[in-house]
Formats: sequence, structure tokens, C-alpha cells
Amino acid sequence: MSGKGGTGKTTVAAALALALAEEGKRTLLVEVEGRQGIAQLFETQALPYEERKIAVAPGGGEVFALAIDPELALLDYLQMFYKLGSAGRALRKLGAIDFATTIAPGVRDVLLTGKACEAVRRKDRGGRFVYDYVVMDAPPTGRITRFLNVNDEVAGLAKIGPIHNQAQAVMRVLKSPETAVHLVTLLEEMPVQETADGIAELRAARLPVGRVIVNMVRPQVLDAADLELVGSVPRSAVARTLSSAGLGGARRGGHAERLVEPLLAQAEEYAERYALETEQRAVLADLGVPLHELPLLAEGMDLAGLYALARKLRGQGVS
Amino acid sequence: MSRRPEPAQDQDPVREHLSPARALEIDPLIENPDTRIVVCCGSGGVGKTTTAAALGLRAAERGRKVVVLTIDPARRLAQSMGIDSLDNTPRRVKGIDDSAGGELHAMMLDMKRTFDEIVEAHADPERAAAILGNPFYQSLSAGFAGTQEYMAMEKLGQLRSRDEWDLIVVDTPPSRSALDFLDAPKRLGSFLDGKLIRVLLAPAKMGGRAGMKFLNVGMSMMTGALGKVLGGQLLRDVQTFVAAMDSMFGGFRTRADATYKLLQAPGTAFLVVAAPERDALREAAYFVERLAAEDMPLAGLVLNRVHGSGAGRLSAERALAAAENLEDSRIVDQPDGKAGLRNSPDTYGSSESPARNVTDGGSPATEDAEGAAPEDGPTESTEPTAPDGSRSVERLTAGLLRLHAERMQLLERERRTRDRFTALHPEVAMTEVAALPGDVHDLAGLRDIGERLAAGGTELPGTA
Repeated sequence: MSGKGGTGKTTVAAALALALAEEGKRTLLVEVEGRQGIAQLFETQALPYEERKIAVAPGGGEVFALAIDPELALLDYLQMFYKLGSAGRALRKLGAIDFATTIAPGVRDVLLTGKACEAVRRKDRGGRFVYDYVVMDAPPTGRITRFLNVNDEVAGLAKIGPIHNQAQAVMRVLKSPETAVHLVTLLEEMPVQETADGIAELRAARLPVGRVIVNMVRPQVLDAADLELVGSVPRSAVARTLSSAGLGGARRGGHAERLVEPLLAQAEEYAERYALETEQRAVLADLGVPLHELPLLAEGMDLAGLYALARKLRGQGVS
Repeated sequence: MSRRPEPAQDQDPVREHLSPARALEIDPLIENPDTRIVVCCGSGGVGKTTTAAALGLRAAERGRKVVVLTIDPARRLAQSMGIDSLDNTPRRVKGIDDSAGGELHAMMLDMKRTFDEIVEAHADPERAAAILGNPFYQSLSAGFAGTQEYMAMEKLGQLRSRDEWDLIVVDTPPSRSALDFLDAPKRLGSFLDGKLIRVLLAPAKMGGRAGMKFLNVGMSMMTGALGKVLGGQLLRDVQTFVAAMDSMFGGFRTRADATYKLLQAPGTAFLVVAAPERDALREAAYFVERLAAEDMPLAGLVLNRVHGSGAGRLSAERALAAAENLEDSRIVDQPDGKAGLRNSPDTYGSSESPARNVTDGGSPATEDAEGAAPEDGPTESTEPTAPDGSRSVERLTAGLLRLHAERMQLLERERRTRDRFTALHPEVAMTEVAALPGDVHDLAGLRDIGERLAAGGTELPGTA
């Protein structure tokens, strides 16, 4: 799950994880940007670097969450493959861990995607996949292709060796039909533009583009006919109607009369936004990707709202 | 902008105490010749770039020679400023009002180019070519985590040292952790200065022949471990790169330190940009704390996209109730099919107040008896369409009221979010920028934002 900053991709990722978990499924929600956004959303304490159950979905499904810390993931990885316990600590002392996770090209991203892919492929003793779905709250649209493709890049840089093999394995998972990159956007020019660019980049890198989810869609209060009337309606008629609804005098200077201009001004702002949104919807429709819409929650985002969004996603057949 | 929404009246006396102690006054800040650098930081999607550009334009039109360094502007905004081609040098922006003697220059950061330029400036041509052709360098400079932040600060340092501008306005990259631009130079600096470099350099310096013998065991273990993880060939690329860059490291370190100090200097002002949303303000609070911890001079908070209403005295509840009244009367009237005809005189012409029938009474209704009398032409002219017209006017008016209710709820939510921030950081000066319905992509739009920025600090309720 990717999207421009501020579009609510963490929220949508969490809602999708919940939606996918319905009917007894088990999903893992992965955070890679160290923001602890998932913990805040589920109103729990900061997540450690371990998988832990954070929610139960209707129908008995479970959502687990994992905040990947690249430094710990690297030590983990060293431990797993090389039993480098003490050497790992020495590396950290030298600044090598810092180097490898922040500055060395792509190692950080290989570790993050690698950990997620490991969870995707993990099986229990009975040979069943431990998680039915893994949802990653990924970096923003502007960086997503590079982030996911970094394994290709690293595989090219490190032509042999374990990092190379790891990167290859990760790319096989990411490019398989079992993966989909969903993009979250708002009905605003920049996020829509970034979504269009992101889709083009993903396609060029042959990464599987999933769906576009338009988040925080505002309810339609006035329709096209109303908006047409906004420009032509006599002010006095509106004043009288307001007055008839119990909002004071329609006379010049009366309570109702004084409401007319501000209310019509708000309607004009609405009209402008409505026109922009219509334009952006058309741009999105041209992308050739399934579109979904999630409503703006008037009361702000909370746990109940998250479950409501999950239901919407499920209702729209996203899961 | 006659219809500019005014911030709603603060009617709650308790809330009033939570208004920020200080208003952030933008004009004195950008006009002050001692202000040389303004850094706009904040989480992604809050209008950082637009704020930076608007500040730059305003300062330039007030007589300063300004350069705006943007990281990732919207295409149309970049086009309007003439910087949509990435050439990594400031371009003069045409079409500004230069009557006060100011100039506006703008540039868009090209990370790779900036890095290349540093290499070219600090190494002899042969060595520079070796570095630029190194695969490790190519991926490093093409934008892995931290490079963009580092290069933005590097470019800032360059612009500052050219001393061609009175004021530099910087937009910061949309970082995963919002203050990476502060950390990256230090991190890079300490890495380049660190033991690791020496470990990596060791084999390359030894020339690789007899050299291995003299390496101490600890070091070979480290390179061995790194080699295992990264693969031998990548490690060799890194080593070649590090060896080639060796002569430049001292320079890097010095520059990183200098830039960091520059940010702490009195001529620098940080502006934290946010929107009145929970997450954005949480990030903003984090910024404020981090900047304080790093001794960075914070000028204040720019709160973008704040909504207002010209009818702030009409509460959401009353607006909704009135909308329901109108809608109910429509439903009741519809079955007899004459709703339009019957309603029409009531709503438009009759001196008999419909309010008496429709509302549950209340004092405003009495006043309406006179108020409902026809005032002038427009009323008459709509008479022919009255049968449909009155219904659609009712429908529209109900819609207007619902729209208003929504607006008031939004206002209330924004106010609560803002107050939470203010309660935590009462010391932070604040300016509010009223929301625009659409995106900004021309100079006129930026100018408008600039005016809102300058006015927003003084119109805050509760600030004397």
C-alpha cells in the first residue's frame, strides 16, 4: 500500500488488513517507516520488532502487526545466516550497521522488503501459510518503485553473494501475481498526478499494480442542479427560505438575510472543489486501474472508523 | 478576496486561553535583513513547498533578493515559476512585482547533479571520472535514503556561501522521519570520519599484494563479515569508491559541520508547516521538540488549510435542524402534487409568514412576518418558474445549510486539534492560512497565500 504523504495510506493499509482478515483469515500488517503509525491507529503501545496480534476482525480473523526496524532486521539476518552474534555487535560498534542500514545503497530496503517476503512465504508445521495476507504500509508513491525495485538494483550491484540471492528471491515474490501494489490518493491534483506517475513507473518496472483507493471522499451535499442555481438564485428568495426554516428575519439586515452571502460563498467554494474533483475523477478513470472510494470520516479517524472503512473496502470487493 | 472566510468567533472562554501566546508575524520576519535563511519543514502533504514559494515571492515583492530552493514542487507550480527543467541552478522568476527592488530566483534540487558537482569540484578530473563511473557511487547518488536530505543541505550551504541573495528559502524533503535532513549530514559526517572507513580503506591502501599480511585480525574479520553480507564484488566497489573519495572526506565532514552550524545561526529561522489534522500536528509537535533539542531557531508554526466561515454564529446543530425543517415541509407537501403552487406564494410573495406553519415557532418567526415581504425586482422575475423554482430553492437552501453544518463540524474539529497542539506548546507562535478550494499553481495564487500567511498571525482569536 503506497500513496502520497498525507493521503492516509497507513489508515487504508490497516483497514485493508482488517478487511482481509474477516472470516477467520490471518493477516500481517507491516510497517517499514519507523513511524509507529499502526500503533497509534490501533490505539496500542508502540510496536516492538516482533509480530503481535493487534486486532480481531469480525468473523474471528486476526490482524498481526510488525514494525520492521532495519537495524534489528540486519542483525537478525546476520544471526540467521552466519551466526555472527559477537561480530554483529562489533560491526555495530564500528558504525557498520548504521552504514549498512542507512547509507549503503539499498541494503536497508532489501532488509525491509526481505523481512516482509519472509513473512509471506512462512509456513507452519502443517505446511500451511502462517499468514493468509501480508499488507505493507510502504513508502510514499514517489519512492515506491525504487523501494520495491531496489532488490533488482542491488542484485545488479552485488552480482554474487547472499545479498544477491536474497534480493533475487524477494523480487520473485514481488513480481509474482500474488503481489499487488495499491495506491492511495485524494481527489486533489497533486496526489492524483503522483498516482498517475507512480503507476507508470511501476508498470515500467513490471511491478504488479493493484487498485487505486480514493481516500477521504467528501459526501456530495449539493448536486449539479443545485450548483447551477447557486449563481442565479435571488438572494432574497434564499433569505426568505432561511427565514421560513426558523433562522430569523429575511429583511435586509435580518438574521436570515445576513446568512445568505456567507452560505452562498461556501457553496461557491464547494462548486469549485466539486469541479476540481470531477476533473480528478476523470484523470483517475483513465488510468485503467480499478477504483475504490472511501468516505471522509466526519468525526476524524479512530478505531471505530477504521472498522467502518474495512467494511467499506470489503463491501466494494477489494478484499 | 471579499469572500475570504474569516476565522470563526471564539465563543468558548476556556478555549480562548488555549490560543497561542504569540502570533507569528511573517512580514517582520521576512523583511528583517538579518534573516538570511528560512527553512520550511513539516510532514508530507501539508503544503510545505507552496508555503516556501509563497514566502519567497512575498519577500521578493517587499524588496529582498530571494532564492527559493524547492525539492519536489508540483509540476504546474514549477512551470509557473519557470523551474520545471532540472538544471540545478537558480533561475530568475519572471512576472513578479519588482517595484520594491527585489528579485525572486528559484531552483529545483537535482540530487545526483549536486553530488556530481561536489565530486567534480573536489577531485582532479581523472579521479572524478573514476568516482562518477563507480557503480556504488551511481546508486548512492541516485537517491537512496538520506542522500536527498544531505544534498538539500549541501545545496543550501553552496547558495549561502555564494552570498548572492539576501534571503534563502528552503523547502525540505518529504522524509520518512521528518528531520532526516538534520540527521543525514551528521550521519554521513560520522560515517566518513569513522573507523569503518579506515577498515574499508585498509586493503585498498595496502595495494592488495603483500598488504593482507599486515592487516590485523580484527579488521580482516570485519571486512570478511561485510564481504559475506554484501558480496565480495560490491565490497570491492565500495572500497574503490571510498579510496577514490578519500581526499574529499575531510571536506565533506567540514561542510556537513558548517551547514549544521549555519542552521543554528541567528540568521536562520525554521518554520514548521502543518495542517490542522491530528497526524500533521503530531509530527509538528515532534519537530518543535527536535528543533529545540538541536538548538535550531524556531520562528513558529504555519498552520495551512484552516477553514473558516462567514456565518460562524450559526451552529452546525441549528443549521441541520433548519435543513430538516425545509426538507420535512417538502415531503409533507409532495403527495398532493400542488406543492410548488402552494408553496410558491408562501415562499416568495406572500406577506403571510410561512415560518409560522413550518417552524415550531420561536422568536425569529415573528420577526419574519415583515421580513418575508417582497423587497425588489429579483423576486418578481423568478415568479414564472416558481412551481419548480420554489421547491428547488428550498432544496438548495437545505443543501446550503447542510454544507454549512459540515463546515462548522470541520471547524470545530480543526480547532480541537489546534488547541491540543497549543496546550502542549504554548510558546510556539502561529499563523493560520485559510484553506483554498483548489490547488495553487501560479504567481497570483502564491501571492494570495503570501497575504494569508502575513495576515493569519494577526487575526487569531484571543491574541492581543
